[in-house]
Amino acid sequence: MQVSFKTRNKTLIAEIEGELDHHTSVEIKDKIDKEINRKQYKNLILDFTKLTFMDSSGVGVIIGRYKNIQKRNGKMLIVNPNPQVNRIITISGVHKIVPVFSDMQGALEEI
Amino acid sequence: MHVNNEMKVEFLSKSSNESFARVAVAAFVSQMDPTVEELADIKTAVSEAVTNSIIHGYENTMGYVVVTCRIIGDTVEIIVEDKGKGIENIELARQPLYTSRPELERSGMGFTVMETFMDEVEVESEVNKGTRVRMIKKINGSR
Repeated sequence: MQVSFKTRNKTLIAEIEGELDHHTSVEIKDKIDKEINRKQYKNLILDFTKLTFMDSSGVGVIIGRYKNIQKRNGKMLIVNPNPQVNRIITISGVHKIVPVFSDMQGALEEI
Repeated sequence: MHVNNEMKVEFLSKSSNESFARVAVAAFVSQMDPTVEELADIKTAVSEAVTNSIIHGYENTMGYVVVTCRIIGDTVEIIVEDKGKGIENIELARQPLYTSRPELERSGMGFTVMETFMDEVEVESEVNKGTRVRMIKKINGSR
């Protein structure tokens, strides 16, 4: 598991590579929160292009970050989840509060 | 029912073993020639059950989680067992969004995911004795 960051104005783009389960969620949360607090980003895009697996622990991670971004009156989006990850996002209803985009261009235009 | 094949793995309740459990079950089930989607469903359901044993059953103390996997015709049966603290109210635990550990940012979707991705999910639990989750899925496969 690896998290890498890119920025676009007040938006932090976090690319998560590998698997998001209970074991890796602790480190992923920690890295994203530190980066957001360090530069006071307003918006967050989770780039799931290289995320190969996610279980319901990922839902906790997404909703927790969403709450933080909401406090900043920012927007949060998800980009390019694979079909397995997308099913978890849909079943849990996460897509109703954090919109899912199939490509980064569309997400950046939305923000 | 005639059991065609069976495997059992036992491991410590360390979170790093969650991925091991998923991969071990997926590797065993591969002999049934499942589709990519069926295999992803099984890995996700196993991940949820094993994570429950680690977080809730043993509450991050050390104990053993046992995963048994049986192939019976075109059906796979997966049993995830722990000897942890058990579930007081199974009906409540199975409700979507319910979590006994909100401080951990848990979504409370574990059982809902298992029920969605598998055909049958049975939960047996006794307080201070442990929990046994039995899941069944028919593999239609890519053939």
